[in-house]
Amino acid sequence: MERLLRRYGAVLTGTFIALTAFWLLVLVLLPNFTMLESSFRPYLPAVEIGGQKDFYSFRNYLTIFGTPFDTSLLGMHFTIPLRILIFLSTIFYSALVTVITFILAYPVAYYLAKIVSPKSLPTLFLLLFVPLWVSEILRAFAWWIIFTFNGPLNALLLGLHIVDTPVRWLGYNSVIVGLVYTYVLFMVFPLYNAMQSLDSNQIEAAENLGSPWWRTHWRVILPHSKPGIASGAVTVFMLCAGSILVPTILGGTSVQWFTQTIQSWMLEALDWNSGAAYAFILLTLCIVFVFGMMRVFGVKLSDIAK
Amino acid sequence: MSAGIDLDDVCCDFGNFRAVDHVNVDIQPGEFFSFLGPSGCGKTTILRMISGFTEPTTGVIRIGGKDMKGQRPNQRPTALIFQNLALFPLMPIWENIAFGLEVRGVDRAKRRKRAEELLELVDLHGAADKMVSQLSGGQKQRVAIARALAVEPSVMLLDEPLSALDLKLRQHMRAELRTIQKRTGVTFIYITHDQGEALAMSDRVGVMSQGKLQQVATPREIYNTPANGFVASFVGENNILTGSVQNPGGGMASFVTPFGTFRARLGEAAAGQAVKLYIRPEHMTLSETAGTENSVPVTVGDVSFEGSFITVQGITENGTQLIAELRNDGSATVPAVGSKRSMTFDAARSAILPDGIKAGA
Ligand SMILES: Nc1ncnc2c1ncn2[C@@H]1O[C@H](COP(=O)(O)OP(=O)(O)OP(=O)(O)O)[C@@H](O)[C@H]1O
Ligand SMILES: [Mg+2]
Repeated sequence: MERLLRRYGAVLTGTFIALTAFWLLVLVLLPNFTMLESSFRPYLPAVEIGGQKDFYSFRNYLTIFGTPFDTSLLGMHFTIPLRILIFLSTIFYSALVTVITFILAYPVAYYLAKIVSPKSLPTLFLLLFVPLWVSEILRAFAWWIIFTFNGPLNALLLGLHIVDTPVRWLGYNSVIVGLVYTYVLFMVFPLYNAMQSLDSNQIEAAENLGSPWWRTHWRVILPHSKPGIASGAVTVFMLCAGSILVPTILGGTSVQWFTQTIQSWMLEALDWNSGAAYAFILLTLCIVFVFGMMRVFGVKLSDIAK
Repeated sequence: MSAGIDLDDVCCDFGNFRAVDHVNVDIQPGEFFSFLGPSGCGKTTILRMISGFTEPTTGVIRIGGKDMKGQRPNQRPTALIFQNLALFPLMPIWENIAFGLEVRGVDRAKRRKRAEELLELVDLHGAADKMVSQLSGGQKQRVAIARALAVEPSVMLLDEPLSALDLKLRQHMRAELRTIQKRTGVTFIYITHDQGEALAMSDRVGVMSQGKLQQVATPREIYNTPANGFVASFVGENNILTGSVQNPGGGMASFVTPFGTFRARLGEAAAGQAVKLYIRPEHMTLSETAGTENSVPVTVGDVSFEGSFITVQGITENGTQLIAELRNDGSATVPAVGSKRSMTFDAARSAILPDGIKAGA
């Protein structure tokens, strides 16, 4: 603070602080607080707002337990509230996407951090970024074209005689692929950062002691990369759980993502109060899930912030 | 069990830069062998080739008589102690030490026991469950040694392991390393740019410069009869005189300088090369009257009293500076600055040497 003052003078420092405060209070906290407040109020016609019926309650939140739905999993039949089911499958598929991105990103990050010569690194990073120049919606539609029933993927598989009838890809399969494709770089970079900070001599020391490559990864490289894995996993998981574009475009009718439920409350039912309540349910439970997972894998919050 | 190492005409190129240039040396099983040389002369590269992290461009490396070509580092019977130790910071000390055993499928209880034994060997009992960050520099050093010993290597490769330590600890660890080497009988290849370290610890020393091995000999020979000017001036101090050789014969020759002609031992391979005359300061004597042979009249310049010896700087009539190191036996008189004296040296203890083997030669 004092350093800022000395360096930039009172006016500039004041401006910095005012801008930061404005951003934080007006653009971040205020809208979220309004949402939170309205999530506890009922959805009412305009004339009744502020009237007798307008009081705080958990009613919007509790509707998540409505609409029982019959389903089966692993041969077991049971009834579960529909929106809980949607929520659970959103969490499940987001976690699955996180695991898949990790499996894909790990070798890429290792290659970039420890194998490739520093000279070709900028080129490779550029190649990784090129797909991001295309907008997310175009990328999702491109995948949609690939995955359609009469699309190129089925044509290829039929042509190679790998399948003899076209496969219905659109659904959770294509959503997983789309999400992995969209978010894999959010896993690559934290992993790359973590691995890059590992002293290569440690890898060589392990090898010198007789360690085969997989054990060196398991005992030396992976533990060192843990903070990177954690921050990559949290990022990818949260992005997936909060994603709406990819599930909407690639999911077809068989996929229901929790964000779509929120969207339909807000845009179809025009019930912003329930929409806000569901959004906070998603946020809160995702945070709980993430902390739970961090507990399981023994990751501290300070590791992620590194 | 220890094994010998044979470097047979080994070269290593990085691009068109030759880091190691036709190195030939046969290291005996159980020997403590040091590579000594200035920074960048190729010492680490040699160790990396022996341990398998770098392949020689040409030449053959044999360990225990077996050609190592194509053997991965994890298949070689070598244990390398890295210049920066490279301990695993996320494992407790005992797991660090037992890592090589874990790799070999030894069960946990046995590993733990062995780690404790090795900690005992390096005087670190009780540190098993500490983390690397909790140890001092010297303790980390010993953990690195224990970790390397755990795999019972035939050859230990040590890359300037003491360079990060302070002087006291370094001297202590020198003795310690030597003891461990004697106790285990493992072949040690030790890298250093510290001549004192190399001379004090080694059975034999290989002095390197610019990728070339300049001389391989016992510490005594390296110091007393250096093969060339590089070795003479890298190891210990010297008065170096320029001039030309006359009347060589019988291993001796005359050396003509602007302030006199001297008799001196003619080093091997000196014929037909640029040569200089090398005289160690401790082999110079100072007297009031001129000697019969190899005597130079000087004016005493700087005199510094160092305790066990006295360093006297003499200036010849043409301005060349000579240094004499006189042993202080308690009665030595300190000559007055500006007084006229003679500096004399023994023909057998001075040498006419070629400059040294240059890269690419
Ligand atoms: N991977 C490499 N690529 C290119 N040049 C290299 C490489 N490794 C080493 N060199 C060069 O080879 C020469 C010898 O390096 P080396 O590391 O063997 O020196 P050293 O004798 O161990 O020096 P120091 O005492 O400073 O550790 C140096 O000039 C170095 O720049
Ligand atoms: Mg080195």
